Amino acid sequence: MGSLIYLLSGIIFSVGLGLAGMLQPSKVIGFLNPLGEAGWDPSLAFVMAGAIGVHLVLYKLTLRREKPVCADEFGIPAQTDVNKRLLFGSAIFGAGWGIAGYCPGPGLASLSSGAEGAITFVAAMILGMGMFHFALQAWNRSQI
Amino acid sequence: MEIVNFTPMSSIFGGALIGLSASMMLFFHGRIAGISGIVGGGLVLPKGDMSWRVIFVAGLVIGGFLVAMVAPNLIGDAVTPAGATVLAGVLVGFGTRMGNGCTSGHGICGLSRLSSRSLFAVLSFMAVGFGTASILHGVMGGF
Repeated sequence: MGSLIYLLSGIIFSVGLGLAGMLQPSKVIGFLNPLGEAGWDPSLAFVMAGAIGVHLVLYKLTLRREKPVCADEFGIPAQTDVNKRLLFGSAIFGAGWGIAGYCPGPGLASLSSGAEGAITFVAAMILGMGMFHFALQAWNRSQI
Repeated sequence: MEIVNFTPMSSIFGGALIGLSASMMLFFHGRIAGISGIVGGGLVLPKGDMSWRVIFVAGLVIGGFLVAMVAPNLIGDAVTPAGATVLAGVLVGFGTRMGNGCTSGHGICGLSRLSSRSLFAVLSFMAVGFGTASILHGVMGGF
């Protein structure tokens, strides 16, 4: 059953992205560019509201359990510090998001439509993730 | 400012489905549904920690396929030329790994558990996202 949950979660996530309008880069840009001549599309704020509204409640209820159904413990991130890496990393992500209107989920979910843009984006995103991985390794080595 | 293309009902319903997906991951597997972490963490091919990532991403792709079949107008192609899309992808990949999360991990999961770390991440990527899009697609008139 465990694998089925992962598959279903992925499918529901993508269908949600589609209904939400997030698989249309033009709509994402329409949200992030409120001062454009074309006007502003506030829909994406409602995506966040819907997602957080549901998850906030179900998260609280779920954590009343001792452990998840199919695992021994909850893997909630323990890190709490707000540091430069978090802020600069998120800023770099924001710049990429603002250029093309794709974030990681929508890029992957749009792959099967055969849209050239999504395929190009995902390939470049994986390259960027790899670049960070090697940059971090080089940085860690230089600190020893 | 004129409000255009506004789809509050379908966006809030789509958002609710995303929240449901994140809740399923937590309830059954105790995991955070952060897409950049799931993909980025899999790139080093971690032993014994790989298959669930592949299955979840397969689900994402299948879900996108269903959307493309049933409502093809819900999937749009890039609005940027290939060079700009590549730059965007590299920045998104690098930045989400550096900042340990994206719109899903920090934006939905992090904010739902009232993490101040995620709040600052969201403020950072939203501010720069709005700024970048407004300059490129607004002030400069797009591509």
